[in-house]
Amino acid sequence: MSYNVNEKGYYGEFGGAFIPEMLYPNVEELRQNYLKVMAEPNFQKEFNQLLKDYVGRPSPLYFAKRLSEKYNTKIYLKREDLNHTGAHKINNTIGQILMAKRLGKHRIIAETGAGQHGVATATVCALMGLECIVYMGEIDIARQAPNVARMKMLGATVVPATSGSKTLKDATNEAIRDWINNPVDTHYIIGSVVGPHPYPDMVARFQAIVSEEIKWQLQEHEGTTKPDYVVACVGGGSNAAGSYYHFLDDTEVNLIAVEAAGLGVDSGESAATSVLGREGIIHGSKTLLMQTNDGQITEPYSISAGLDYPGVGPMHAHLYKSGRAEFISITDDDAMTAGLELCKLEGIIPAIESSHALAVFDKKQFRSTDIVVVSLSGRGDKDLETYINHFKL
Amino acid sequence: MNRINQKLQEDKKLLSIYFTAGYPNINDTVSIIQNLESNSVDMIEIGLPFSDPLADGPTIQASSTQALKNGMTTDVLFNQLKDIRKSVSIPLIIMGYFNPMLQYGVEAFCEKCQEIGIDGLIIPDLPVDVYHEEYKATFEKYGLINVFLITPQTSDERIRYIDSISNGFIYMVSSASTTGAKSGFGKEQTNYFERIANMNLKNPQIVGFGISNSETFTQATKYAKGAIIGSAFVKHVTNEGTDTIGNFVQKILI
Repeated sequence: MSYNVNEKGYYGEFGGAFIPEMLYPNVEELRQNYLKVMAEPNFQKEFNQLLKDYVGRPSPLYFAKRLSEKYNTKIYLKREDLNHTGAHKINNTIGQILMAKRLGKHRIIAETGAGQHGVATATVCALMGLECIVYMGEIDIARQAPNVARMKMLGATVVPATSGSKTLKDATNEAIRDWINNPVDTHYIIGSVVGPHPYPDMVARFQAIVSEEIKWQLQEHEGTTKPDYVVACVGGGSNAAGSYYHFLDDTEVNLIAVEAAGLGVDSGESAATSVLGREGIIHGSKTLLMQTNDGQITEPYSISAGLDYPGVGPMHAHLYKSGRAEFISITDDDAMTAGLELCKLEGIIPAIESSHALAVFDKKQFRSTDIVVVSLSGRGDKDLETYINHFKL
Repeated sequence: MNRINQKLQEDKKLLSIYFTAGYPNINDTVSIIQNLESNSVDMIEIGLPFSDPLADGPTIQASSTQALKNGMTTDVLFNQLKDIRKSVSIPLIIMGYFNPMLQYGVEAFCEKCQEIGIDGLIIPDLPVDVYHEEYKATFEKYGLINVFLITPQTSDERIRYIDSISNGFIYMVSSASTTGAKSGFGKEQTNYFERIANMNLKNPQIVGFGISNSETFTQATKYAKGAIIGSAFVKHVTNEGTDTIGNFVQKILI
């Protein structure tokens, strides 16, 4: 069985492009060109150069000695938090901005939830001198003021999404509507491995640098390219897709996906899509999503703004359904505790998204000889207020 | 013969009206349909509301959100429509997004439509190729016409493909936009209308998006078999309620 996308844009039964005809030319143009463009030597050269000089790659694969001692296993942290703009998101936006330029687009749109992808998009637009419009839910704009300010400083226009529930899914709807209304000159930089084919595959390929580096870095540390486990948090799932990518078809490497349970899977306030979701269509992709019996998409909840998406990317739906990846869900409280533990033991303040992945060690017993790579997808600066409120600091 | 095909054979320009089921009030569905028929509208699109209507502008989005708040669901709609054929003979089309149909079960949904007397479906986010490969046989089994959209950006080759698998009419989106976004037609639209008219497609075309009054209705139907009014009608019932539907329609048809 292959865990990668097939030529029709499906991962198993998930994926595809369920889009209105108005979007067909845009998506089709991208589909016909993305692999060709990505394979061009000058594209590769420019992409890699920017990842090195601008993003600061390779990001370290750090052996977390004290954390490893505590849990009696070998824990490595893939330090995506050290990237420019503070998370893995920039890998994708660098790739997509170069794609947009080669397709002759001069107007960039994006959606954002907490603002991390919005900032990463505004950053690369400033870098390339392209117009940037970021759609953000009205509610998120109110609760993520620093990132809104960052985007504005970087020259982006932030447009409030006032429809529906006024959060990430609605910001995504608004970005898609913008693209329908501007079909010729605009490229839509989706921030995760979601949306119609070819987006999930394209974003996964841009994020694949993460697992590519893990392989050779682990070779240096341990004399093997294969970890026993790769652990990553999953909202839409882009950091997980990047961390898994080069291990997908190597079943000796175990994959663990950590979802946000929010206040608890059965609390009604959760974002654990694999447990609570059913197959359906969201943002042009057939995947698992949280919805009413009637097929209306529901609003998820997590303390982490980066994980409260009501679906998962189709790759992850397939990894779940096929059993290739183990899915676990972590509550707000457990994630916050794991985040604080990393601060105390390793001197690293993680993003709350990444804290969910770190909480795996309290849930699951690993052997002392196991090599466990955890994707530390982002840094916690953006989450200080949440940490302050949670721990009454 | 399907009521849509019968209607398309009439020697006149057709006016089709879209409304959101369950809006402004949950129980307005049947009376709006009866009212539209008695005011000489030719075809009706019943909007099944969805939480995330990607192809719709603010007017229809807002009406969908309100309809869902009012308690509209697929079951409620089917229940409201169960005796609709006792009182009207106008062609009825359900327009909705694919996910609610998928959750209902596509075959069960189609079967229910046939039972009620629905004539066709418009599902903007069900792609032509997926329909062709997976669902065409089911739709046909229950006598349903599936209507596809084309836009000014759709290539001639793709239009021919869509024409080849359509069996009612083609929904011609007037400009690159979501619903209700633009009003009035310029040179670009006229060129597009002419281009499509000259393709001599086997299916008649009905123009939608951007039709809001008598002037745009006349312009659109100069080239096409008919036109669809959606957002302007939803705005009308928002502002004026459902009692003056006749006035709205008469102003279009003068």
